Amino acid sequence: MARLIETATEPLRAVDVDVVTLDLIENGLRNARHEMDEVLFRTALSPGIREQHDEFPLIANRDGKMVVGQFGLSIPDFLANFHADIEEGDVLLTSDPYSCGAAISHANDWLVVLPIFFEGRIVGWAAMFGHMSDVGGKSPASMPTDARTIYEEGVVIPPFRLYKKGVLDDDALRIILNQVRKPDWNRADLNGIVAACRTAARRVQEMCTRFGVDTYHSGLDALLDRNHRAMKVLLQAVFKDGETLSFTDYICDDGLGYGPYELKMSLTRTGEKVLLDLSGSSPQAQGPINYFINENLIRMFFGIYMITVADPQILWNDGFYPLVDVKIPEDSFWKPKFPAALNARNHGIGRVFDLFGGLLGQTNPDLLNAAGFSSSPHFMYSGTYSQGERKGEWFQLYSIGFGGIPGRPLGDGPDGHSLWPSFVNIPCEYLESYYPLRIERWETVADTGGAGAHRGGNGVDVAYRFLEPGTIAIHDDRWLTYPWGVNGGDPGARGRKWLERADGTTEVLGSKVHDVPVRPGDLLHFVTWGGGGWGDPLVRDPALVALEVRRGLVTADGARRYGVVCDERGVVDEAATDALRAESRADRPDPLPIFNRGPDIGTILERALEETGLPAPKPPVVMP
Amino acid sequence: MTYRLGVDVGGTFTDILLIDEATGDTYRAKTSSTPDDQSVGVLRGIERACAEAGVSMSDIAEVFHGTTVATNAILEGKGARVGLVTTEGFRQVLQIARSFVPGGLAGWIIWPKPEPLAALEDTVEVRGRIAADGSVVTDLDETDVRAKLAMLKGAGIEALSVSLINSYANPDHERRVGELAAEVLPDVPVSLSSSVLPELREYERTVTTVANAAVQPQVARYVANLAGQLRESGVDGRLCILRSDGGLVSADVAADNPVNLLLSGPAGGVTGATWVAEQAGYPDFLTFDMGGTSTDVALVQGLTPRVGRETVVGDLTVRATSVDVRTVGAGGGSIAHVPPLTQALRVGPQSAGAAPGPAAYAAGGTAPTVTDANVVLGHLPTDLAGGEITLDRAAARAAVKSIADATGLDSVEAAAAGIVDIVNENMFGALRLVSVQQGFDPRDFALVAFGGAGPLHANALGRLTGSWPVIIPPSPGVLCAYGDATTNLRDEAVRTLVRRFGELTDASVRDLLTELADKARATLSEQGVAVEDQRVVYAADLRYHGQGFEIPVPLDADSFGDGTTGLAALRAAFDAEHQRLFSFVLDAEHELVTVRATAHGPRPQVSAARLTGGGPDASHARSGATAIWVDGAEAEAGVYDRALLRAGNVVTGPAIVTEMDSTTLVLPWHAATVHPSGCLLINPVDHPGEEN
Repeated sequence: MARLIETATEPLRAVDVDVVTLDLIENGLRNARHEMDEVLFRTALSPGIREQHDEFPLIANRDGKMVVGQFGLSIPDFLANFHADIEEGDVLLTSDPYSCGAAISHANDWLVVLPIFFEGRIVGWAAMFGHMSDVGGKSPASMPTDARTIYEEGVVIPPFRLYKKGVLDDDALRIILNQVRKPDWNRADLNGIVAACRTAARRVQEMCTRFGVDTYHSGLDALLDRNHRAMKVLLQAVFKDGETLSFTDYICDDGLGYGPYELKMSLTRTGEKVLLDLSGSSPQAQGPINYFINENLIRMFFGIYMITVADPQILWNDGFYPLVDVKIPEDSFWKPKFPAALNARNHGIGRVFDLFGGLLGQTNPDLLNAAGFSSSPHFMYSGTYSQGERKGEWFQLYSIGFGGIPGRPLGDGPDGHSLWPSFVNIPCEYLESYYPLRIERWETVADTGGAGAHRGGNGVDVAYRFLEPGTIAIHDDRWLTYPWGVNGGDPGARGRKWLERADGTTEVLGSKVHDVPVRPGDLLHFVTWGGGGWGDPLVRDPALVALEVRRGLVTADGARRYGVVCDERGVVDEAATDALRAESRADRPDPLPIFNRGPDIGTILERALEETGLPAPKPPVVMP
Repeated sequence: MTYRLGVDVGGTFTDILLIDEATGDTYRAKTSSTPDDQSVGVLRGIERACAEAGVSMSDIAEVFHGTTVATNAILEGKGARVGLVTTEGFRQVLQIARSFVPGGLAGWIIWPKPEPLAALEDTVEVRGRIAADGSVVTDLDETDVRAKLAMLKGAGIEALSVSLINSYANPDHERRVGELAAEVLPDVPVSLSSSVLPELREYERTVTTVANAAVQPQVARYVANLAGQLRESGVDGRLCILRSDGGLVSADVAADNPVNLLLSGPAGGVTGATWVAEQAGYPDFLTFDMGGTSTDVALVQGLTPRVGRETVVGDLTVRATSVDVRTVGAGGGSIAHVPPLTQALRVGPQSAGAAPGPAAYAAGGTAPTVTDANVVLGHLPTDLAGGEITLDRAAARAAVKSIADATGLDSVEAAAAGIVDIVNENMFGALRLVSVQQGFDPRDFALVAFGGAGPLHANALGRLTGSWPVIIPPSPGVLCAYGDATTNLRDEAVRTLVRRFGELTDASVRDLLTELADKARATLSEQGVAVEDQRVVYAADLRYHGQGFEIPVPLDADSFGDGTTGLAALRAAFDAEHQRLFSFVLDAEHELVTVRATAHGPRPQVSAARLTGGGPDASHARSGATAIWVDGAEAEAGVYDRALLRAGNVVTGPAIVTEMDSTTLVLPWHAATVHPSGCLLINPVDHPGEEN
């Protein structure tokens, strides 16, 4: 447990805060949090943060409860695991999930935490983590798909004081940066993260000056309470007392040839509280897909899904946490035993979206979306320039791809977009300027979005032509199981990757590979998956289906899934459409199933090789 | 005798300002805007202003015009049907955009994705490829181009945009497509991305080019129409249009690159504020333009507005140089509401708009708005001298009471004060974006407030920002027209390089500066500005190699004379700016991304009107007193008629100053001094509880 050194000992007083001051504080916090993003985006060097925004800020109250942020990381868990003094001017850094209670979940994420002091007393915490493109280890980008332990995943930084009373520990930083392939990136990104946290601290201090520290502190309590009250009402309204809901989804494989892994979540409300239970999920994986998650993060995901629709302007915070109990089984996919490998947990995080969507949507039509683009698939390319003015220079790319947003109650899922907040793609022209690459295609693939009254978004095909020899790595999923549709909607198409070698041969790539050698002239197709469809495809307006044929988002053949008969120019044959729709209606179950996952798992495994070009994974085994 | 004419066409009113160049005397006219053909309202307003001044239309030397034609075409989705030609493999560049979904972690659930500005069915791909270094990978397939253009012709497009991958590095293919389009689609205007925005990043370049194409036909039509009607009415003077960056261009040039006009309206406000602040003697200030549905703010330093590289209009963000105006959805019509679940008090972004408008307008609106709150508090008197609208206080109270009930606040006044505090806070947030977040301390700046509602909230905003004095210009409602009439001709030439400093020499940069300056000067010369009257200003966008964002830094061309100090000076200037913005510098190599040369014509010689002097006593302008609610209590506020105020008069708060198109609130412990230029300068006066 950390020991907090404060020079002011008088306790803060609880005071009444009027609703207007409260909203002013809320607004100030929201501004401060966006300012944190801005500072980092504008100063970072690694494309992952600079161009794609793979980072997450947070401001907490004195007790470490998040009062603003978009993605929890648990300050209390962090402090409980830090065994030293914390003083004014200290800045803490860690990248070790096992030493901070899973406040972060893999070693690529560098987490900075700093206490915010005001007049000798801690009034809050600013924290931010960012994904470092490389933290050393055996493969570029530090995410070996065959890792069995965290020791293979690069430098793992235990929580320590990067700055002690405002003075940088240069030696420690030098030792850390000596482990990584692109130290200039890590240094700049880390600088930006620290600057962002300091900016947040300044804003909080300004608010303490403006409103008074007691008012500020009590205001945060009131904001937390606001979430608590809101959630209490929501829980009663949405869930029946005593009823248990469950939902299961999958991670297709673990990088070592085992899979699929079952992720199960159940929810039961008893009185004013709910229990979220992850029991029944697969045991921990051999490979690096484990998603080490703490209870608070589960609460946060749950809360965000519950309340986004209720008051989108609300400042999201931890206040409702006491209303949610969480049970995570030990030695499971969600709580693996040290030193299990963790690097590829991005699929698990993404799949949490689908899990909550499927779980909560069973009760609340406002929240029932189909399965979406629930991952952040990675593409890495690195090597050394063999010619030209950069000859001998090391290049390294880490990038995140996007796919189909699912069909939603609101409407169609956008094509080729991000399910993650603030993420953006790296422009083709940027990639071509900074890397020996040519992008030959960057388009969504027609018909990959699940058919539905509201169509699922299409997946994306990015075709990379390599101009220098090097190696590539891929982290992706949903190559085996389907992004499910809902309320009668069809599943979306699965993801695929293949290499067209310069010598004319074609090679199907697994969804999790690294150190794949490429040569100049080789072409990689990285095709992400589509979102599931929402609602009965046979009620979609034929004119809209035809328009999407003209737009190249649906093919003439694909239009038949909507019971629409048209040609490539999008001219509808109305009589044939009526006939096809009648025939399709007669052929299908009534009522339509709420969830459509495509074929059952047995059939999927049986057909894996034939349909995907990849052998079916072996059943997961329990680690000894 | 020559006259300059400023014309600002807003959504509701067209403001005309006629300035006698010799005396600075001004004549104003306000007429209803005519959205179907804005030139009708403009002509009507000019005739009225001339009649009032007793001036013949032929005495008008120049007409300066801020226009919202381009803005409205975008906001109302009434732009031209645009065809888009892209490189094979990139047809969905606008469909995929940057893959960005706004909002928080579950934001995608509630985000309605806007339709691309060029429809996908009107987007075609052509074969031919340029590499990042400008070399040709695959020749342009002209047969393919012709076939695709023919398809677009068949589809009935009204404007064409061409945006090919890496065209910023080599425009040859785009130019050739343009030539072929002139054959296949002879009457369709063409926008090439390599001309509109020769910059790296395909989505941003494409969307900017498409936006240009979308507004071009309307802008060209409007400008030609207006010029013709002015001529017919006997106005021989030249017509100039205000660009988003606050510079003027001749009407013809404006019509070529209309994407640069998207913020013409707000830019007029900022340039107007600049003129006013110069008269009052405050070169550094924030602008605060509060209207019915939104508020625009900007930062001006040394009488030079900060210019940004992005222009945001509604859902659309394009890369076009504009005065760095930030907009928040907060205005007099913003609606207060209390979500039942959280019982928070929210104001906006929903607005009652012009119809039905605030409850106090008694035009069918019942939702509580900021205006209603101001009426409840007595800040907006119902018996306005010269006011066109009578305000219904009872309706305002009834509307605001719903907020008091939902929040449990103990009085209607408390709820109204809460609404005003929160909307002020939202606008304060926008002012922070242009000041604190850019590394500027707002306390080093004055605050110029205008727009219909600006003067009402200005004193409170001054208190939040610590920006003193708060300056209320004369006629705050027609400030944009002032800006139109008092700025100068301007044009810029830009080049994107993306070169590390190691790849550059002072000599190579100097050559580039010369080339860009010549290009920018040429436009001004064509518009009749003598070379000796032209002034060229340079700027560069720099970053550390590997960063994704650039910081604009002024560039001193003289330092690139013949030595080696130029790049060194630029490096130092960038480091200083990076330190100021982010509190650290990096050891990485510097990279020159973009260089800009802006040629300025001479500032017009417009004299300012001077008020006759008087002592501090303002009692002759006092028309009475009214009860207002302020700082949690009722107080008696003096009511003053602005037209009667003399230079040197001091109006001590709490007070309300009324004039034709605006109301100024002076808070307790503040006082407004009348400046000879007609501005009110509000400052805090000593009192023990005030921190400022």
